[in-house]
Amino acid sequence: MLRDVALVAGKDLRIEARSRVAVNQIAPFALLVLVLFAFALEPDRGVLARAAAGLFWLAVAFSALLAVQRSFAVESADAGRDGLRLSGLDPAAIFLGKAAAVAAQLLALEVLLAAGVTVLYDARLSGALLLALTCVAASVGLAAAGCLYGVLSAGTRVRETVLPLLLVPVISPVVLSATRAWEAAMAGSPEAGWPWLRLLVAFAAVYAAVGAASFGVLLEDG
Amino acid sequence: MTPAIRLSRAVVLLGRFPALAGADLLVERGEVVHVSGPNGAGKTTLLRLCAGLHGLASGEAEVLGVDLRTNGRDVRRNVGLLGHAGFLYDDLTVAENVRFAVRAAGVPVDDGDAAIDRLGLGGRLRDVSAGRLSAGQRRRTALAVLVARRPQLWLMDEPHAGLDADGRALVDGLIADAAAGGATVVFASHELDREPRRVDGVDARPTEVPRRVTVVGGEVRDGVLARA
Repeated sequence: MLRDVALVAGKDLRIEARSRVAVNQIAPFALLVLVLFAFALEPDRGVLARAAAGLFWLAVAFSALLAVQRSFAVESADAGRDGLRLSGLDPAAIFLGKAAAVAAQLLALEVLLAAGVTVLYDARLSGALLLALTCVAASVGLAAAGCLYGVLSAGTRVRETVLPLLLVPVISPVVLSATRAWEAAMAGSPEAGWPWLRLLVAFAAVYAAVGAASFGVLLEDG
Repeated sequence: MTPAIRLSRAVVLLGRFPALAGADLLVERGEVVHVSGPNGAGKTTLLRLCAGLHGLASGEAEVLGVDLRTNGRDVRRNVGLLGHAGFLYDDLTVAENVRFAVRAAGVPVDDGDAAIDRLGLGGRLRDVSAGRLSAGQRRRTALAVLVARRPQLWLMDEPHAGLDADGRALVDGLIADAAAGGATVVFASHELDREPRRVDGVDARPTEVPRRVTVVGGEVRDGVLARA
């Protein structure tokens, strides 16, 4: 199982490294979102620094939509979906591998965006442990929910538009919880952030389990 | 031993259209069967059903001893399908595509490398992205995956399509070798409908002319299966 998860994740990350979609499109898009927020929210009044956590996680959520769409777009070319069905791989391993690859991309993106909010919003990132654990849990949750709804929408003709419609309401608890955890860490009171982190971990665990259990059926139905 | 394929009154619906409308087919293990028929007759659907990719709307279907009505997925590990698409990732090289497929199937990577060489994709071509290959080279890469996986049942949909004369002769050789190795081969092709060709003095057709069944209007003729 772990071997198959690593095989799928490695394949997806290699494809992203070659195509450079994440580097040349998703990352610049996420940074542009941060810049646009800066234009919109009166930087002189310190609004940006106070809202930095929420804006950061909104940018991550928008980017997650693109990363998930990309992850399933590569499977729709040359009947890759049928290829996966015939591959002999356990569908749960395919799901976990794809989710792991998306989560890894999101984590790399969050490092970039963290630098972005520091420079653009003058935000102070304190409470490194809580910030880092929040990033890991939120990334896994976004990736797991994203891949579950990604395979669901990939089989439809209107997948580009239906995925955001399905996914945004589902990941709103992640955006909310991650924002609260980061706000607590940045305010110097991490104890207020741990309950939000536990919520993120629970969300990630539930979606990873549901995705692993149902991915096979969803892969067949597309 | 159970037959490789046994279909009885098999019906496959694509939407509401019966792409297979009560097909009967019996293929014994080790047989080579050529499926012919006009475009849209149901040849591709027949092959995909045998690969466990289509659900059965009614009738019976057993492939390699697996009942497709209940365990369609279980047959896939022992089946190799060469479809119209090659299941290739454009951003991966020839070698990476083949290695991913053979690792997924639990086959030694060395077998994948040997298949790459056999299909004439060695040397610099190994490290070329699939997206930069010609149609024929993509076909050869997909064939390399099929060869490396060594399935018990080869299902090939127009395997000669997009290949040059050498490539078509190579496909014929692969089919003959697979059958000699005990595998069952079912292929749909218009290639054998043509006059025989000779390439470099060698008959480009398989050494033995395979049994031929014809698919017309979603039904299999000469499927050699007596209905109860």
